[in-house]
Amino acid sequence: MSKDMLIQTTPLHQMHLDAGAKMVPFAGYDMPVSYPLGIKKEHNHTREKAGLFDVSHMGQIRLGGVNAKKALESIVPVDIIDLPLMKLRYALFTNKSGGVMDDLMVTNLGDEDLFLVVNAGCKNADFAHLQRTIGDDCKVEFLEDVALLALQGPSAHKVLSEIAPSISEMLFMTAKQVVINGIECLITRSGYTGEDGFEISLAAKDSEELAKILLSNIEVEWVGLGARDSLRLEAGLSLYGHELDIHHSPVESSLGWALSKVRRTGGEREGNYLGFETIMKHLSEGSESRVFGLQPEGRMPVRDGAMIEDELGNNVGKVTSGGFGPSINRPIAIARLKKSYIEKNSKLFALVRDKKIAVEIVSLPFVKQNYYRG
Amino acid sequence: MSIKFSEDHEWIQSQGDDLVVIGITDFAQEQLGDLVYVELPEVGDECSRGENISVIESVKAASDLVAPVSGTIVEVNSRLEDEPELVTEDSMGEGWFIKVKLSSPEELDELMDEGAYNTFIEE
Repeated sequence: MSKDMLIQTTPLHQMHLDAGAKMVPFAGYDMPVSYPLGIKKEHNHTREKAGLFDVSHMGQIRLGGVNAKKALESIVPVDIIDLPLMKLRYALFTNKSGGVMDDLMVTNLGDEDLFLVVNAGCKNADFAHLQRTIGDDCKVEFLEDVALLALQGPSAHKVLSEIAPSISEMLFMTAKQVVINGIECLITRSGYTGEDGFEISLAAKDSEELAKILLSNIEVEWVGLGARDSLRLEAGLSLYGHELDIHHSPVESSLGWALSKVRRTGGEREGNYLGFETIMKHLSEGSESRVFGLQPEGRMPVRDGAMIEDELGNNVGKVTSGGFGPSINRPIAIARLKKSYIEKNSKLFALVRDKKIAVEIVSLPFVKQNYYRG
Repeated sequence: MSIKFSEDHEWIQSQGDDLVVIGITDFAQEQLGDLVYVELPEVGDECSRGENISVIESVKAASDLVAPVSGTIVEVNSRLEDEPELVTEDSMGEGWFIKVKLSSPEELDELMDEGAYNTFIEE
């Protein structure tokens, strides 16, 4: 059996087992889906206080060298060259047909040093893509023996500033290098829950100590992947493999906002990335499909894969993410819908087993985002 | 009255006259996690053993309730439609799902007693 076939573990695996977590395989890792608190309470705890997430399965990559910014910019539709020092930007790896290979966070650690966080399920392909496309222009380093913790929720700031006072003035989408209890941490004010919060990258060997320090605060509880998914769904955030995939352009995934002005047609540094023509065509002429929020009627969850029909029974699209929103105590969904039908203003229905559930298009997010912008 | 258990983690309690009450075990509700919706069959529906008769939705996923016996559904616990948490809080009592009039009472003999079920879930 090759190494890739074996299930991997994060540096905090033993802590999850000790905490009584229910473990599931996810993107090749044995990950905590929930703890004894349960998904609903973990979800609500994150909205009310602070949740601690082990997201060490995600890929952490450093790009180095004088040409690092220029090189990365050549494979994303995003302005990287003007990304200020210690700031983050959301980006997408596109392919030549304009589809999305992965979405990622880029942090500028020093103009010749970029830090990328990519999805666990895509990280090997991303690394190969980076090496193939820009490996000659900059140093591409896949970080091994690292961990990534996310502390999310309205108390996250208070909890973290007690042990790292210098983070207190950080704004959303900024980064800072901080030493906590002798542990070197790269902290970003970012996350995937819609709440204020932080992601902390650190050496694997230090991760258990930092997790214990954070958990010693009574406001902090472990939160698993189950609640991570319901939190991001309520916050209207895209998940790769669901709202985003290689078959759809960023415009079709309703991520037009992520396409930087300077990289669009007529911009100072327009184009020069894979799929530019297709993506710009979708942007100017509109795309066939787009991603929308859906509010199902009643209490029955409408889940991923459910087909959406209009009143005449025409297929209009498909649910990309669906489930239950514990904070709003009702089912919620995101779906990819054909635009031509949406414009007809027809009543829409989700097909769940043998039932038709009425659904209404609503704007995202379902729950207000609480980012700290100063 | 005697209580039996299925390999699909249901409890089946006899009420006499070939009538049984069916619910899911504590072990099952713990595995499912927080329930958010229960879809019940209609009173009067026929069910045969092994058939999916109800859907139990947790935050994370949907699971089927498989009929442990054959018969006619004579009553459903409609409180579960608004309070699925009853299953989490009291799976063996207030959180019952359906009552069935058995068409093949001998099927009960093939179910496990409590001791056998406890051994079954430990495996």
